[in-house]
Amino acid sequence: MSSIDKNARYRSSHEWARKDGARIVAGISDHAQDALGDIVFIELPAVGKTLKQGEAFGVVESVKAASDVYMPMSGKILSVNGTLTGDPALVNKEPYTGGWLIAFEPTNPAEWDGLLTPVAYEAEAGKE
Amino acid sequence: MAPFAGFDMPISYPLGSVEEHLVTRRSVGLFDIDHMGQVEVTGPGADAWVSSLVSARILDMKDGDARYSLLLNDRGTVIDDLFIYRLPGAWWIVVNASNRLEDLAWMRAHAPASADVRIVDLSAETYMIAVQGPRAIELLDLLSDRKISDFPRFTSGKATIMGVPCLVGRTGYTGEDGVELFFPAESAEALWTGLIAEGAKHDIETQAIGLAARDSLRFEAGMPLHGHELSQDISPLESGFKWACDMEKDFIGKAAIEKLAAEGVSRKLVGLAVTGGVPREGFEVQDASGRKVGMVVAGMFCPTAKVFAANAFVEPGVGKIGTALAVAIRGKPAPATVVKRPLYIPAYRR
Repeated sequence: MSSIDKNARYRSSHEWARKDGARIVAGISDHAQDALGDIVFIELPAVGKTLKQGEAFGVVESVKAASDVYMPMSGKILSVNGTLTGDPALVNKEPYTGGWLIAFEPTNPAEWDGLLTPVAYEAEAGKE
Repeated sequence: MAPFAGFDMPISYPLGSVEEHLVTRRSVGLFDIDHMGQVEVTGPGADAWVSSLVSARILDMKDGDARYSLLLNDRGTVIDDLFIYRLPGAWWIVVNASNRLEDLAWMRAHAPASADVRIVDLSAETYMIAVQGPRAIELLDLLSDRKISDFPRFTSGKATIMGVPCLVGRTGYTGEDGVELFFPAESAEALWTGLIAEGAKHDIETQAIGLAARDSLRFEAGMPLHGHELSQDISPLESGFKWACDMEKDFIGKAAIEKLAAEGVSRKLVGLAVTGGVPREGFEVQDASGRKVGMVVAGMFCPTAKVFAANAFVEPGVGKIGTALAVAIRGKPAPATVVKRPLYIPAYRR
C-alpha cells in the first residue's frame, strides 16, 4: 500500500502540490514512483519559466519508461531539486520530502481548490 | 507483472531492478526462466542434421559441452539464438520462449523424412532456474551431491540439488559465473524457495531477479537479446556474430552470409554512451550535422557501468570507437559517443 502526504493536494496524473509559505512545492506521489519502478533520470525545467496548469514541466525516466510530469497549478518556476541530477532514486525513496521536483510561484492561487484532496486522490489511485 | 510469450513475468521484485542487478554482480541472483524452451534431438542422423541446421561448429563437442549458436534462415538472418548442450546420446537445445514455436516448425520442416532424427519439445515438463553471481557456485556446492565448482565453464552434468535431480549447465546470461538448472517442473517451487532459504542460512545474499535486471545484466555483458541485436531482419555479420558461424562446414544460411561478407555490410552494431536521458529502442541516431545514421535497438541505464548506454545499428563509417554522435531523445539530440562493447567484461573472459 502506497503512502500519502495528508498536507498535499493531488492531480489524477499523480503529481502532488504542497503550500510552503507563498510558494508551491511539487513532486510525484508514492503511488506514481511505485508504478514507475526505479527512477534513473529526471529532466526539470529552467528556473524562471512560466507554465500553465496541466502543462508538462519535466520528464521522469524509470527503468521501464519515460513519463511526463505536469504542473499541478499554473506558475513560475522558482527552483528545481538539483540533488536529483546525481541521485534520481531519491524520488523512489522519499517522494514527498527529499524527492521533491520543483518549487513555483502560483500565478492563479485559486487553482489549489480544484486539486484532489488526499482522500479523493487515494480513492482514485486505488482504482488503478 | 508483464505478459511474455504466454508467461506472466515480474519486471522487478520488491527489491527494485537496479538493486537486483547489483546483487547479481556482488553475490547471487535467482532467475525464474521457465519460459525458455527445451528441444531434444536424438537418433542416428541427429549429429549430421543438427550440424547442418545451426551456425556453430558442434561436431567437436564432447558429452556435456555447451555452446552458443544461431539458427539462421536461407537469407542468413536470425530465426533464434540457441544454447546447445551435447548430452550422452542427445542434443539438448535451449530456445527463446517467443521463438519456440517458429523454431520447432523450422526444425520439423527441415528434418529428414526418415526416422533418423527425432525432435521432441520438452519445454512444458522442464523447468529452468538460473543461479548467477560471484557466490553462486559456492552456494550450489553446499547444496549439491557433486561439486559444481568442478564443472568447467560451458560444460554441463547431472547433479542432485536439495534432493532435486538437475541437469546443471555452467552457463548463463548475466556476465557472472553461475549455472542454469534444468529439472522436472513439479520441483520448481521447492527448489526456488529452498535456494533463497539456504542463501540466507549460509549468509550468502541471494535474491530473486526480474526481467528488467535480467535485461540490464545481459546488456552490460554484451550478450544479445533476440528481437533487438538479432532478428530475422539482421545478419550476424551486422551484429558481430560471425564468430558463431563455422564457415568451414555447411549450414542453412551460409551462402547468404558468404554473399554479404563479399559485398560488405551497410550497418553495424555499436555501443553508445549517452548523456542527457535514457536512450531507448527505436530512437534515431544522428551525426554531428543531424543526419540520421542509425537506430537504437536497446538502451538503458547500466547500474554497474553507471552510464546510460545504447546498442545501435549505424552506418559503418560512423562506427569507430570514440566517434561523436547523438541520440534523439524526445526530439532533442543527446550527446553520444561510440564506446567499446561490452561495458562489463563477462566472468568467463576474465
